[in-house]
Amino acid sequence: MATPQLLVHDKRDNVGVVVVENLRAGHEMLCVVTEDNSDFTLVARQDVPIGHKVALRDLGEGDTIIKYGEDIGRAIAPIATGEHVHVHNLKTKRW
Amino acid sequence: MSEKNSFMGYRRENGRVGVRNYVTILPLDDISNAACEAVANNIQGTLALPHAYGRLQFGADLDLHFRTMIGTGSNPNVAACVVIGIEPGWTQKVVDGIAETGKPVTGFAIEKNGDITTIANASRKAKEFVHWATELQREECGISDLWISTKCGESDTTSGIGSNPTVGNMYDKLIPKGIYGVFGETSEITGAEHLCCERAATAEIGEKFMRTFQAYQDEVIEAHKTTDLSDSQPTKGNIEGGLSTIEEKAFGNLEKIGKQVSYIDVLGPAEEPARGPGLYFMDSSSAAAECVTLMAAAGFVVHAFPTGQGNIIGNPILPVIKITANPRTMRTMSEHIDVDVTGILTRELTLDQAGDKLIDMILKTANGRMTAAEALGHKEFVMTKLYRSA
Repeated sequence: MATPQLLVHDKRDNVGVVVVENLRAGHEMLCVVTEDNSDFTLVARQDVPIGHKVALRDLGEGDTIIKYGEDIGRAIAPIATGEHVHVHNLKTKRW
Repeated sequence: MSEKNSFMGYRRENGRVGVRNYVTILPLDDISNAACEAVANNIQGTLALPHAYGRLQFGADLDLHFRTMIGTGSNPNVAACVVIGIEPGWTQKVVDGIAETGKPVTGFAIEKNGDITTIANASRKAKEFVHWATELQREECGISDLWISTKCGESDTTSGIGSNPTVGNMYDKLIPKGIYGVFGETSEITGAEHLCCERAATAEIGEKFMRTFQAYQDEVIEAHKTTDLSDSQPTKGNIEGGLSTIEEKAFGNLEKIGKQVSYIDVLGPAEEPARGPGLYFMDSSSAAAECVTLMAAAGFVVHAFPTGQGNIIGNPILPVIKITANPRTMRTMSEHIDVDVTGILTRELTLDQAGDKLIDMILKTANGRMTAAEALGHKEFVMTKLYRSA
């Protein structure tokens, strides 16, 4: 299998994790869902550092971000497909 | 599946097996550190364990102090122990606790002697212990004699993808062989407590976990927080590595306990497991050195430590094996890493293979291979203190 640039834990997830260094905006990423090894492609909208997340679909403010098939917080701004998802647009629902 | 089922260890008087053979010089209290360090300087092959506490503590905090002191001296990686305290009463209490293991232990009190006489007397005893300990031979022990703890640190999203599930795969394979395991980090379960509760062997144990989790939230977090904790949990390192929320961190954290095993009890900090082989949860801080020190005091002899951004922690008596899946961490700080599982990210290494790789390193470490943290001299011995002293 070709080397993926993005890994997704669970089919229900709406974010994936960049697993290569120096990912540039406009790059068409090979994305693999580790749960079942299925794959798809997605274009990164921004430069995204290794380990950081990318939205797999358009998300609205207040939407729940799903990773591991679980709730990891809420979007605090609209997020477009392929956009970087991190502390600037995702916040905990706890404490 | 790794086929090796034995290693060469030190079988102690109480039947437990150590993978190291330290003669420790243990201070009862902060003001006895200097004497302990002087003894360790006099007698080669000994190890002083200086720390910051032991005076005017009371209640549950004092109980934890004694449990940590006695547990550390009792750990099977310790062959023999010299205890030095300012006065004989509490010093003897630690000596008596360690003596229950059957290992050689002697206490020295500084009052009415002074540092110089105490150091001379303790040095003579330490020298005797070193000669005795260095005559001990390793013998073949079954893999079920291993007590393997885990705690992750400077986690990032690669921890949840690669290094943490590697530890989980190891537990899925070794717990059925009869080892003891432990995980903890109470605050870092936040957001995933429902999943953690489900992983208890019985509903009763799950309820015990939820009570422990809620008490930490109420007594530690809620009682003291001044912000939403976004600057502490996740840590700055976690955020740099791509983790955005405590919930995201918690789900990654739980990957360390694998997919099949259930935990069979909830332990207090530094509490020794008492329900036989299996996986345990320990109520503990998520700060690496504190958590690993508590696990060592509970009797664990090898530690599996997955990291993303590269936590460099070690422990004086417990070999800490570092595992990472982050290629940048491998590139920039590989001297801290024992097990490279970056292949999980490139899909060149399966989780099953990664788990076997870790098991091989655990056995090599148990046989005497120094970990990266040991070779680099990391000896972070950090006691947990529950509240201010009287």
